[in-house]
This record gives sequence, C-alpha cells and structure tokens, in this order.
Amino acid sequence: MEGHQLQHQAACMRKALFDQGYLDDQFLQLEDLEDEANPNFVEEVVKLYYSDSARFIRNIELTLDKNPFDFEKLDDIMHQFKGSSSSIGAKKLKTECTQFQEYCKIGNFEGCMRTFQEVKQEHAVLKKKLESYFQLARQAR
Amino acid sequence: MDLGVKPVSFTSSSASWKSADGVPDQFPAGLRVLVVDDDPTCLRILEKMLKNCLYEVTTCNRAEVALKFLRDNKNGYDIVISDVHMPDMDGFKLLEHVGLEMDLPVIMMSADDSKNVVMKGVTHGACDYLIKPVRMEALKNIWQHVVRKKKHEWKEKDFEQSGSVDEVERQHKPPEDVDYSSSANEGNWKNSKKRKDEEDEAEERDDSSTLKKPRVVWSVELHQQFVTAVNQLGIDKAVPKKILELMNVPGLTRENVASHLQKYRLYLRRLSGVSQHQNGLGSSFMGPPDAPFGPMSSLSGVDLQALAASGQLPPQSLATIQAAALGRAATKSAIPVPLIDQRNIFSFENPKLRFLDGQQQQNNNSKQVSLLHGIPTNMDSKQLATLHQSAQSFGSMNMHVHSQASQSNSLLTQMVQPPSRAQILNEINGSHALNLPSSAGQPVLSQAVPNAVLGQNGIENVRRPAFTSVSQPSTVVDFSRSQSTEFPENSFSLVSNSGISNLTSKLQDEVNSEMKASRGFVPNYDVFNDINQNRTQDWRLQDVRSTFEAQQHSNGRGSLDVSSSVLIQQQFSSNQKSGQNRIPPVRKAAFSVADGLGNTSNIGQQLSSSLVDNPSRIKAERLPDMGFQNGLFSEHFGQEDLMTAILKQQQGGMEPIENEFGFDGYHLDNLPV
Repeated sequence: MEGHQLQHQAACMRKALFDQGYLDDQFLQLEDLEDEANPNFVEEVVKLYYSDSARFIRNIELTLDKNPFDFEKLDDIMHQFKGSSSSIGAKKLKTECTQFQEYCKIGNFEGCMRTFQEVKQEHAVLKKKLESYFQLARQAR
Repeated sequence: MDLGVKPVSFTSSSASWKSADGVPDQFPAGLRVLVVDDDPTCLRILEKMLKNCLYEVTTCNRAEVALKFLRDNKNGYDIVISDVHMPDMDGFKLLEHVGLEMDLPVIMMSADDSKNVVMKGVTHGACDYLIKPVRMEALKNIWQHVVRKKKHEWKEKDFEQSGSVDEVERQHKPPEDVDYSSSANEGNWKNSKKRKDEEDEAEERDDSSTLKKPRVVWSVELHQQFVTAVNQLGIDKAVPKKILELMNVPGLTRENVASHLQKYRLYLRRLSGVSQHQNGLGSSFMGPPDAPFGPMSSLSGVDLQALAASGQLPPQSLATIQAAALGRAATKSAIPVPLIDQRNIFSFENPKLRFLDGQQQQNNNSKQVSLLHGIPTNMDSKQLATLHQSAQSFGSMNMHVHSQASQSNSLLTQMVQPPSRAQILNEINGSHALNLPSSAGQPVLSQAVPNAVLGQNGIENVRRPAFTSVSQPSTVVDFSRSQSTEFPENSFSLVSNSGISNLTSKLQDEVNSEMKASRGFVPNYDVFNDINQNRTQDWRLQDVRSTFEAQQHSNGRGSLDVSSSVLIQQQFSSNQKSGQNRIPPVRKAAFSVADGLGNTSNIGQQLSSSLVDNPSRIKAERLPDMGFQNGLFSEHFGQEDLMTAILKQQQGGMEPIENEFGFDGYHLDNLPV
C-alpha cells in the first residue's frame, strides 16, 4: 500500500513537473536510457549537472560584476549553460537562459541582470523539485 | 560486413566491428565512436545513448585529448562526435584536424542551431550537425556516415588510380613519372572527400555512377599517365597494349586505352594540322609547366597560333589574343603544354577540387577539375588569381610545355585586336571587355568583368592574354597557366581543338556531373576564391587565365583568376543566356577561352581561351544551376559576349572544327567512356 501510494505520489510529482513546464521531452529521453544496469541513470545525470552547472552561475556572476560589461562573454557562458541545462530537459530554465542571451545580444544590462536572477531562481527551484522527486521515486521502488 | 562494398579501407573497421561484436552482421553495432564534449553532463548522456545503440564509446572532454586518442590509435575509431564549443580548441578546428589526419567522419554538435554555425560545420567538412539536446534517434543512424565515407573513399582512390570502377578495392598508385601522383591525388581526394559533403555531390555522383557501370573516367591523372606512357613509347610506337602496360593502372583495359589513344591521336593531328607547332600547342594549354604561367602569351600564343593556323581564328584575332597573352606573359617562353589542357580536359572529369573549401584545392593539383566544384558564384579577381595559380601549378605539373610560347609570342605581337573584337568585348562587359588588356597589363582579370568577358565570349577574351590560348581553334589555352598567380594550380590547359573537345566533353561531363550537383559551376568559382587563398586548383583554365592575367598584372593573379572565373562564369551565364551548350561555366570558363572551340567548357578553363567560347560549340549541356553563377555572370557577361562574338567570328571556321573534333562526341554529357 505504502509502496503503491508512494509510487502514485512519485508519478504525480513527475507529471506535475511536466505539466508545469519544468521538464520537457529530453527528460523522457533520459528516462528511456535507464535500464537494469543503470537504474538511477537519470538521477546520476541530474546530480552531475547540478555539480557542474554551479560554475556557470558563478562565472556569470563574476562577469556581471566586471566593468566594462562583457556581453559577449556572458552570452558565451550562458550558451554553454543553456546547452547543459537542455540536455537534462530543464525547460523553464532553458527559456530563461534564452531570454538572458537575448538581452546580451542587444546589450541590455538591466535586462541581463533581471533575467539572470530568474535563471538562478529557476535553477534552484528545479533542483529542489527534482531532488524530492528522485527521493520519492527511490522510495517507491 | 555485409555492406555490399568491398573497400580496402573497410578492413580495419570491419575487423574492429567484427571483433567488437564477434559477428559482422551485427553492424552497426560495435561502431567505434569517439565523443568529445567539455560538458560532463552531455558527455555522460551521449555516452549512455551511444552505448544503448550498441556502439563502442570512448569519451573525452578535451579536444587535445581526443586528437591524442586518434593519433595513437589511427584505426581505432570509426567516427567522431564533437561539440562545437570547447574551451581548449574550437570544435571546427578539431574537425579539420581529424579530417586531414585521420579522415574520419566527424559529426558536430551544438546547442546553437543558427544557420551560419551549421553552415560552418558543413563547410569545414562535418558529415553531420546535431542540435543539442541530442536525442537517441539522431545517434542511432550515425553509422551511415561511416559507411558513406568509406564508400566514397575508395571510390575515389579507385578512380584516381585507374579511373575505372572495375576494381574498387584497389589502392594502386600510379607510376612516379606521372605528374599527378596518385598519392597526391589521394591526399587531395581525402581532403576533397572531407569537403565532399559540402560540395561535391557531383563527385559523389560520379563515383556512384561509375561504380554502377564500368566506365573509365579519364581523369587528369589518368590522362597524364596515359600521355606519359605514350611519350615514352613514342607516338608512333604507342600501341594500346604497351601503353596499358606502362600505365599499369589496374582495372584499365586495353580497349579503354585504345579508344583513348584514338582520341588523343585525333587531337594531336588536329594540333599539328593547325600549325607545325601544334603539338606544343595542344599542350600549350597548360601553359608552361614550370613556373608560373607567366607567359600567358605563350599559352595564348600557342593557342592562337594554333587557331590561326587552323584558320579558325582570324589572324587578327589570333594576333590580338596572342598579343594580349603575350603582353601579359611576356616572359613566357614555353608555351603551355598542350598536354595540360588535355589534362584539363580529362581532369575535368574529376572535379575533385573543392574550391569551395578551398582547402582542398591547394592540395589538388590533380584536382584541377575540382575547380569546378567549388566554384563560388562570385569570382573575383582574387579568385582568378587563385585559379591562375592553380593553373600555373598545373601547368608546371602538366606537361611539358613546349616552347611554343615563343611562337605564340610572335604571333601575339602580330595580332592586333580587331576592332570588332574590341567592340564585342566592350559590349560584353562594357568596359570590361576592353579591360581585357591584350597588352595592357591591366589586371583585367581582376575585375570580374574581364573574366566574365573572357568566360563568356571566350572569344573576346582574346584580348586577354588568356585568350591567346586560342591557338587552336578549339584549344583552350591555359593562359592562366603561365600566370603563376595565385591560382592554385589550375591546370587550365587551353585545350586545343581536339583538346578542347575533349576537354569540353570532359568538362561537360564534369560539369554535368557537377551541374547535377549544381555544383559544377561553383567549383570554378570557388576555385577562384580559393585561388586567392592559394589553393591549388587544377584549373587548367585558370592557368590559362592566369597566364594572361599574369601578363596583365604581375600580381594580377587575381585578375586572371578572375578572368578565368569570369570566363567560366561567363560560360555559364552565356550558356544560360544563349542556351548554348557552353561548357559548364566552371570548366568552361577555362575553356571558354578556348577560342574557336567555343567550348564553353574550355573557356571555363582557359579564361584565356575564352575566346573560344563558341556558344554553339560548347555543348555544355548543362547549365547547371546557374544560380550561383549569377553573381559572376552578371559581371562576366561581357566575357561571354566577347567570347560569343569571337566565336561567331570564327563560327564559320569553327564549325567545321567543331565537327571535326567531334565535339559532339565529346560532349561532356556524352563523354564516351
């Protein structure tokens, strides 16, 4: 029962993540890769992502602090960050990244700053959600 | 491996596949993939995906490391997947390295899906470009690139060697005495292969079509071997059997040689019929093998002479042309070797030059033909220069340049540009036509127009030294040859009449094939572009042009190139415009110079010979996507007109020649195999 309940909860949580736009198709691709040999593949990848993506955030912050403002570099870092995020299916995060890049392209410092905050927030929110989900999913197994 | 191919090159990979799976039938399982991406998340995901496809995966997060892996284990991988954006080395750079050193198929990846980046991947030779995030489906089919590449590789090798598809797996290397060593070609081929994706569809097509039916493609290299063998034996004693033995090309039959010899004999006869120096003339297309084709005049002189001699070309025109050519290439002492243009002709068949990439071009002398492939639509002087260079190099490579140059020089000096010609020229390009400085060292070529004029009219370009190649009515002189302008070895061998016809046909063939790929024209143009970059393009035509151009301007290389390119373009455009069978611009440009011949194809080659651009003559059947030529043509139209005008002048005389040369038979399209 409990197991069933947990499973149900996990399933709901997962569904919500998709419905609310946090995750997209790519996440499904990751799930498809899971097999007996790698039962926690998705979780592993997400962990890997979060440990790696922190440096992007950091780099952007450093670059934002510098003067004069280097839009190109920001765009560059963000591009990589976006690529990484998209590979785990982080939909909302990806959108924010794109927005940030748009501001970079037109040289809008304010826009960049604002969007970056969004990016950071999304990044953190998703992390929490996924962590909860994985935990639940593991328990439910 | 039940791939249905039996490439030699497959052995290692197939072996590895086999070993990986234990069962060859498991292909593509066991495909050895090297993945390079600095992002650990992506790398991990890709690795898993590829493993799920049953591929053998090696990952690394640095390009340098990847190269090390590849170098240490030359045959250890079948395909490389690399991210574009990497901290230590640009993905495109890695792509180039891999292509040059290992010649493996490389797939690029990036989150960036903007057109220019994707285009960059294509132009650098990536066989595919994946947008991140990469999906499983995209990776499942990457094995096709491996198969395709191997298949092409050995088709090319095979072609290089023997020109026949009979023995695909051969890696035969032609005898050393051949100017175009197969190894060089192979190298070129490899490069071109890389570029293949991007531009040489025609090539591939040729390959594949060749594969399907046993057709001997008389590539430049092959023809070179043939000529060498013939010369060794002595034209009188040259019998197919002995030639075949000397050539030692696997897969080539006595019949192939016999028919080719027949054509060659006809060609020589025509040359000699035109003038005593004919023999040289024939070869003069190519311009002096040595050096820069500087003496375009020699080229043109020779050609012109030939032309004049043959009565095809009005003496004045001839003189004019020659003068022009001479003027440019005053130094030319040796007339471009007629053989050259033969080569051109033949080489045209294998337009492996990828001008587009330009990269390859440099490598390929043998790839002369490839000029056609990569011909950029915009030929500018620089390009011409490039062409010249190539032409020149080609010339040097080519054959023996006879010292026809001296002869032609004299001829040239005598020639005075007929006013009509000038007019024509003028018409054509407007001022450009005039620009074809017969004697003026003006870098006519530098302007697209002159080239265009050359290209187009082939005839009118007489002015241009390049045109002097008119020597033979049909021979397109590779003026460019003399010009060692930047042209990457474009062996613009002006094709003498017979040569031209051959050339035309070859060109046509090439062009056709290229055209089909809608590349045909492009190569020429590209060549020019590349020329600037000093690519070696075996653009004979260009050589011719360069020859002239060289005269025009010392560094007018570009111009020559331009002119050749223009010619070529002209050709195309003229073809298009006139609906004539101009030789595919690319080639034709060189050929167009081929006076009298009106072989547009020739003109392409020989900008100088653009004189020859006989609209009717050039049966350039295909006006392949003239689209790209548009840029060129518009400017070069003048050339075309010039050529046309010239051609027209010679029409009367030319016509017979045309028939005589059996152009019809040589239409590229119909190039007998």
